[in-house]
Amino acid sequence: MEFIVASSVGALTAAGIYLILRLRAFSTILGLALLSYAVNIFLFASGRLSIDMPPVLSPYGEANYTDPLPQALVLTAIVISFGMTAVLVMVALGAYLESDDDRIDMAEAAENAEYGAGGRE
Amino acid sequence: MNHWIIAPVILPALLAPVIGFVMRHDLPLARTASVAGTVALLVIAIGLFVTAGGDPQVYYLGDWPAPFGIVLVLDRLSALMVLVTTVLALLVLVHAVATGWDARGWHFHALFQFQLMGICGAFLTGDIFNLFVFFEILLIASYGLMVHSGGRDRMRAGLQYVVINLAGSTLFLFALGVLYSVTGTLNIADLALRLQEVPADEAALVRVAAMLLMIVFALKAALFPVQFWLPGAYANAPAPVAALFAIMTKVGAYAILRIHTLVFGPGIVATDGMAGTWLLPAAIVTIAIGAVGVLGARNLLALIAFSVLGSMGTLMVAISAFSPVATTAALYYLVHSTFAAAALFLLADLVIARREAGHLGARPATLQNGLFAALFFAAAIGMAGMPPLSGFIGKLMVLDALRAPGTMAWAWSAVLFGSLMTIVGFARAGSALFWKSTAVPLDEPETAETDEAPEAPSGTDRPAGAMELAPVMATVALLVMLTTFAGPLVGYLDGTTAQIFDRSGYVTAVLGTEGET
Repeated sequence: MEFIVASSVGALTAAGIYLILRLRAFSTILGLALLSYAVNIFLFASGRLSIDMPPVLSPYGEANYTDPLPQALVLTAIVISFGMTAVLVMVALGAYLESDDDRIDMAEAAENAEYGAGGRE
Repeated sequence: MNHWIIAPVILPALLAPVIGFVMRHDLPLARTASVAGTVALLVIAIGLFVTAGGDPQVYYLGDWPAPFGIVLVLDRLSALMVLVTTVLALLVLVHAVATGWDARGWHFHALFQFQLMGICGAFLTGDIFNLFVFFEILLIASYGLMVHSGGRDRMRAGLQYVVINLAGSTLFLFALGVLYSVTGTLNIADLALRLQEVPADEAALVRVAAMLLMIVFALKAALFPVQFWLPGAYANAPAPVAALFAIMTKVGAYAILRIHTLVFGPGIVATDGMAGTWLLPAAIVTIAIGAVGVLGARNLLALIAFSVLGSMGTLMVAISAFSPVATTAALYYLVHSTFAAAALFLLADLVIARREAGHLGARPATLQNGLFAALFFAAAIGMAGMPPLSGFIGKLMVLDALRAPGTMAWAWSAVLFGSLMTIVGFARAGSALFWKSTAVPLDEPETAETDEAPEAPSGTDRPAGAMELAPVMATVALLVMLTTFAGPLVGYLDGTTAQIFDRSGYVTAVLGTEGET
């Protein structure tokens, strides 16, 4: 159980970082999505892993329960990362349509700004 | 329980959707509502600032007891930060309305209010996961403001800004997961208590969490090596938005100050002294990058963005000492640098609108050249830290506080050389913009070019009206007031610092008497 969770978090994180470093809009969005999946699983594990346990204390003296707080955190994190991904897609689409280029880095754009918008002399 | 503590979060949160949905097609109404809301927020912030003198006041959301529910904490530090935010917000908002920036795209006022909600919430919250949520709120509003009115370079800079901040948010969640798995709590006061009892074999996890959090906050504060986003974002954002963003970097500085004194503060074996060890070199490199950037910038907004970077470096050098004297200096410099950066960005907006370019080259002098030059001179003096304005007092206090033998040589030379290079950069920019421009004859072929397009959007030959100049002048006047009333302000900040370093006072206020250890 621990091995599966840990290795899936690791694989998702590695894939996410690799995709972000591609510096193209589409792969960066996918990478950030993978990274947010990784962090969601990681947050689940932060309440310790347990199977078939109720998330609340049973009134009949059964002391075993799974920590409900990380589940609430994961829910919040999912909602936020979902919204953020939507915003990111819109911004990336806007940037792509404006500049016909889906690179994330600004090196070329900065030079254009210097010579293009910089002045007309 | 003082219910006004939650008002700086509730008021913009309620106002923003109303502006966004009800007033979306009625700009005058949206402007009125937004300005009225911000004025009300300012009044509330002043009220909170006045009442925050004593012990930290705690607001239990839903009246749940402290470690279980979410708490908001109003102490002198958060009251000061909320006040600075709202004063800055009002100035920026008046500028945006007067110059018509808010009409160049959709939903400026709604996003502006959401931004205020996020910033005020981040300053007030006493729960570290809630801090994450408010970070996301202020970020998602800032994404909208950043790309306000669109344009090719702005969209690309906005995309970069969104990506780097999303990566930062993910790191923040990883840090929170680690912290929760070690301590089983997310309440800041409770964390401070629990971390003292963490067994030695879990100290490594605590260190990982502390470092991850520091990277996240350093990303917000634009500290080396995660500062690369700032020049691109600030130089390409609409100038009033960049002026508002002057407080956003301070959110990162505030978070480092709050979390790394209270949660990972002295007495916690796992992380003792770690934050300062890493922050000092990072801050010094940040000053260097800011100074070199100021010298090398060919664009007015980029120049100001790099000077903001340098001022963040100076601020973090002071914070990295984690001593009461240095923290007082840091807080004074924080207030000063926020307004100095805002004054420069607002002024740059007026100048660029009239020159039609942010390029630092000689062009025909604009109308009111002398007035703009005088305001630029004053704001640049403030930013560079020359006497007589508050930047000088701030930097003097920072230098005075950093007398520890190990840090003095590095910190002093970084701050002093950084200031020198900033002065040179600003002097060069100012002379190119305002002085050499007077030597350029007005009747150049390019005036014929503008005649062909008489409907220039910015109206370059129009003098700036009183309402357009008022925010810049008010911001410069604030710098003067910060200088004049430096004594009382430093007195207040001394009390603030004492409260920051009185960890048991904070813990007791939040958790009740059981928290006393």
